[in-house]
Amino acid sequence: MKKYDVVTTISYPVKGAMGKTGNWRVFKPILDKKKCVKCLRCWIFCPEATVIRNKDDTVDIDYEYCKGCGICADVCKVKAIVMEREAKKK
Amino acid sequence: MTTVMIDTGNYIAAKAAVMARPDVVAAYPITPQTTLVEGIANYVKSGEFKGDYICVESEHSAMAALIGASATGVRAFTGTSSHGLLLMHEMLHWAALARLPIVMCNINRVVGPGWNIWSDENDSISQRDTGWIQFYCSSNQEIFDTVIQAFKLAENVNVSLPVMISYNAFILSHTSMPVYVPEQKEIDAFLPKRKPKWKLEVDNPITFGNIILPAEYEKVRKEMQNAQEYAKKLIPEIAMDWKKRFGRYHGDLLELYKCEGADHILLSMGAIGAESKVAIDNLQKNGLKVGLARVRTFRPTPQEEILKLSKQADLIVIDRNISVGSEGALFNEVKGSLYGKSDAKVHGFIAGLGGKDVTFRDIETMCKKAMNGKTKDHQIWYGLEEV
Repeated sequence: MKKYDVVTTISYPVKGAMGKTGNWRVFKPILDKKKCVKCLRCWIFCPEATVIRNKDDTVDIDYEYCKGCGICADVCKVKAIVMEREAKKK
Repeated sequence: MTTVMIDTGNYIAAKAAVMARPDVVAAYPITPQTTLVEGIANYVKSGEFKGDYICVESEHSAMAALIGASATGVRAFTGTSSHGLLLMHEMLHWAALARLPIVMCNINRVVGPGWNIWSDENDSISQRDTGWIQFYCSSNQEIFDTVIQAFKLAENVNVSLPVMISYNAFILSHTSMPVYVPEQKEIDAFLPKRKPKWKLEVDNPITFGNIILPAEYEKVRKEMQNAQEYAKKLIPEIAMDWKKRFGRYHGDLLELYKCEGADHILLSMGAIGAESKVAIDNLQKNGLKVGLARVRTFRPTPQEEILKLSKQADLIVIDRNISVGSEGALFNEVKGSLYGKSDAKVHGFIAGLGGKDVTFRDIETMCKKAMNGKTKDHQIWYGLEEV
């Protein structure tokens, strides 16, 4: 990747450029894989690309970067994803 | 072979812009800039302008389109005036902070209300903190030469800032004068293709304008300041190079006129700067030791040169603008340049607001009043206040 010698606001593609945004989360998406029908709507709609598509079209959620917006739960037609309040850390 | 073109300031600016071979022009018409963008449109029709001409829906969009274009590494140009410039304000900051070398002509016009299309510098003066380099021209030849030179200055990797070239509504924009126009290949030799400092490209994906933390943001501002300081050194070099190639010279940061032996020096900008030459000739004929320093660059401010002049003479400043609640912008800058380093007196005048004519006789009267000590270091509204 080419880097530029200029002091201005340029950002280069890197995973988690703004840090681990998973800790912004108030509600956490919990996926019930038994209910999942592999329609991939959550994977399509996730604005942060934190729904990971596996080879067999099952999905996992990357909790390091998921901000907990809840879109995946909203678009899931079989209610396989539910939003649960994050437990307070002790 | 150099040809002579007799035309208005706007058509001359259009000719210069097209000869600089911009890849993109995006513009929205506004009086008195209209014939400038119309001029470029004519070159689209004739085939002389080979870039993209984007007709946008507002000045804000014009500058936004050029920011996008310039960010891909190409050359971009536009023109505007008064309320159009003010509508661009947010995007002007954006272009400068992004370090994009866009060149724009601004035809100095009054800001309303009341509705008035005549000449006044308050439009561009109110953009002074955007980071743009600002030139003020006093003839059509200077407009032509400055537009070409502006691209070279803006695109220098140590400057990489946008440049605004201001000239007076109607006094220059709609007045025909003979202008020497070099051959295209001579312009091409002077102004090669742009080598961008950074650019957006598909094969090397980057993002521009993302979140930036306080410590990093401060560095961006400091770099812009360094770039303007560098421009102070580069502007004279470019002006000398132009003189060597084309034999014409309009000064660098300042244009000094008959300052030798002067005990008073007048500072003014734009068309009043040209008119001042006639006044200086007449005053010197009458034995008064007064010279002229026409300010060409308001940003970067020629602080060192102004300080040098103050070691020789007291200074008289004419502003065709007013920072209401404070004073004329140039008067303010001149005094700031002297602070703690010079005991010279600075006399200020506000004149020509709303497009009111400022003739050489007016300028002579102002100089005489200042030289007789009647202004008492204050700024006087010429024609509205008795001194």
